[in-house]
Amino acid sequence: MTTTTFSHYDEMIDGQGQVRPAYAGYREWYDAQDPRWMVKQGKQAESFFRRTGITFNVYGEDAGQERLIPFDMVPRIVTANEWKKLSIGIEQRVRAINAFLHDLYHKREIVKAGKFPERLLKGNEAFLPQMVGFTPPGEVYTHIVGIDLVRTGPDEFMVLEDNARTPSGVSYMLENRETMMAMFPELFTKVQVQPVSDYPRALARSLAACAPPAANGHRPTVAVLTPGIYNSAYFEHAFLADQMGAELVEGGDLRVVDGRVCMRTTRGWQAIDVLYRRVDDNFLDPLTFNPSSVLGIPGIMDVYRAGGITIANAPGTGIADDKAIYSFMPEIVEFYTGEKPILKNVPTWRCAEADSLAYVLDHLPELVVKEVHGSGGYGMLIGPTSSKAEIAAFEKKLRARPENYIAQPTLSLSTVPIFTKAGLAPRHVDLRPFVLVSPNGINITPGGLTRVALKKGSLVVNSSQGGGTKDSWVLAE
Amino acid sequence: MLSRSAWGLFWMFRYLERAENTARMLDAGFRMALTRGLSAASEEWRSVLITLGLEESFAATGLEHTGHIITNFVLRSPENADSVLAMMENARTNARMVRTAITREVWEATNESWMILKEVLARPVREADLGEALDTIRRQTMLVRGAMEGTMLRNDIYNFAYMGTHIERADNTARILDVKYHVLLPSLAWVGSRLDNAQWEMVLRSVSGERAFRWMNAGALDPKGIAEFLILDGRFPRSLAFCYDKLASNMASLAYGYGEAAPSHELLRQANARLQQTGIAQIFEFGLHEFITQFINTNRQIADAIAADYRFTE
Repeated sequence: MTTTTFSHYDEMIDGQGQVRPAYAGYREWYDAQDPRWMVKQGKQAESFFRRTGITFNVYGEDAGQERLIPFDMVPRIVTANEWKKLSIGIEQRVRAINAFLHDLYHKREIVKAGKFPERLLKGNEAFLPQMVGFTPPGEVYTHIVGIDLVRTGPDEFMVLEDNARTPSGVSYMLENRETMMAMFPELFTKVQVQPVSDYPRALARSLAACAPPAANGHRPTVAVLTPGIYNSAYFEHAFLADQMGAELVEGGDLRVVDGRVCMRTTRGWQAIDVLYRRVDDNFLDPLTFNPSSVLGIPGIMDVYRAGGITIANAPGTGIADDKAIYSFMPEIVEFYTGEKPILKNVPTWRCAEADSLAYVLDHLPELVVKEVHGSGGYGMLIGPTSSKAEIAAFEKKLRARPENYIAQPTLSLSTVPIFTKAGLAPRHVDLRPFVLVSPNGINITPGGLTRVALKKGSLVVNSSQGGGTKDSWVLAE
Repeated sequence: MLSRSAWGLFWMFRYLERAENTARMLDAGFRMALTRGLSAASEEWRSVLITLGLEESFAATGLEHTGHIITNFVLRSPENADSVLAMMENARTNARMVRTAITREVWEATNESWMILKEVLARPVREADLGEALDTIRRQTMLVRGAMEGTMLRNDIYNFAYMGTHIERADNTARILDVKYHVLLPSLAWVGSRLDNAQWEMVLRSVSGERAFRWMNAGALDPKGIAEFLILDGRFPRSLAFCYDKLASNMASLAYGYGEAAPSHELLRQANARLQQTGIAQIFEFGLHEFITQFINTNRQIADAIAADYRFTE
């Protein structure tokens, strides 16, 4: 496979130039609009985002610099039928991830069965020895999951990445829909779209269902833990807490009092039952992990182990979305569900293995090489769009620490239309649906976050790398 | 509610109030400059700096005491940590911090105000644009209060916000009065002169009280009457009596909701009782400056007690 921006799957237009069923209703509406009016609406959307403060901070830029993620006003549309198939695949995968986590921290049957190499756990920072033998309340490890999917054909969605520790972007899913409904209300009467607005309530319910023994059957107190207003995702943390009616807390607000994690309120210390934390494991408890962390709560891990609080997602969950482990997901799904995986992985070479490394080194110009622990599009090589010098420089890094990298073919990602001054133009996209897990079941919100490359032919959709977002529609049945 | 949120709200509204009052002070100084000529007004400009507590940091810059330079120092200078721009930024940062405690309307009004003022104050403000800029500051801060009034639940969140507003406003009005009494007037011989009257008018203008005072006094300007109006007239929304009356009702509502009063409530009760029992003649007998100094100190003690009672910080 090589990079192709010409032979990709176009989600709106088929090979005969016909509009596909998913886009039929939208396209009919769009063709009737005045392009100048559409341009004006686009500008309005930007000022709407600025005013509501839907911004993200970019690390490494001027302190306090806030930026907007570019918003494209053409929705990405999938049919109810496509979504149904996707949902089944996602649910299967998320179940397997959860079972895998439980197994890794308990009996390790998958290792004993020879389906998963134990060496991947050794020295892996995402694997927490402190979690071994401990079962989180409700046996849920990953309460909130975001599965990154790419599409390569009519029935081919592939998983690019599992975000099992602290997936972000759900506020964009919700605000993009709000924005669309504010800008084009009559469009929603013409095309029936499944709502996403229930997500915060579903999240609150799902978290409450994972209350720890200490909650004792009372209505659980839920709080969202944020690193603070300078975190890149602060807006999302505030948004979710607000929508759930939960407190938005920082480490400095919390303290262990009488065996419970409590927040400092104007009326004294009040116990928290479920903490939806948006800080990394390493910063969670300076007594257990990074001692210099001021973001966490000294002693929270002891309370956790004693059944005094639920931490979502559970510490140590990150081992499941480590890129080195990703390549074992087909085996993992099969091992825990006894079924063939419904959603495919992108074929992956593990550079830690000599044969794979040799292949990767021979084919660098065709491949995407990623750091095992990297995120957000940093520290990767996109072979087809890199210069010879860049490839040579990367080759050195790869040879020095092969176990640090995996490689994948550049896929021909599907495209969906974006709005440009010259009209609709196809751009590559991915999709991150959001999944909630509780002992009561798995809840998948119909839609998700579609990230879109804004440059023609570009495969990079990350917001930190100049990508944008758009509303994601799942049509009603 | 979270103590940090109460703290954030309290200060968000103190900053907004201070930004508004600073604009009012500048407006008054600007008027004086217009009516008296730029050079003669330099004393008045200095008094503006003193009222705002900025005399020292301004002196440190070594800049000239001209209206243009002072107004820009007060409004936007990076060397002035208490500039209007910095206050709006602080108000907005606090609003971000308490985002989950305020309505969308209050947040948007604050965020939009900050964006607008950042734009207005991006470059030095020319004299020709000063009036417009000051109006914008007042209008934007009033917009936030309006959003507050129209959309917020009357609970502890609302009370903490307004406790900040009234503590700050009382402090500002007291400072304005004090400056008039001690800085503006070169000597007692000037009392009752045209200069004296013009300065009292500026004091009234800086609290938007000139019209209300004229209504009630048939156009007369009388120092004692003005002081009485600004200290003791509970109908005037920037008087000390009004601020304490409202502070008392915010705190009573808080105590009712919480089912208990804290030490700060008792401190306020005593201060408020003293204010209500004092007549203007007594204040002048005691000394206006002495009275104001005592008031400002007590006001600060009440603010500190509130912070301690509700565990604003650890």
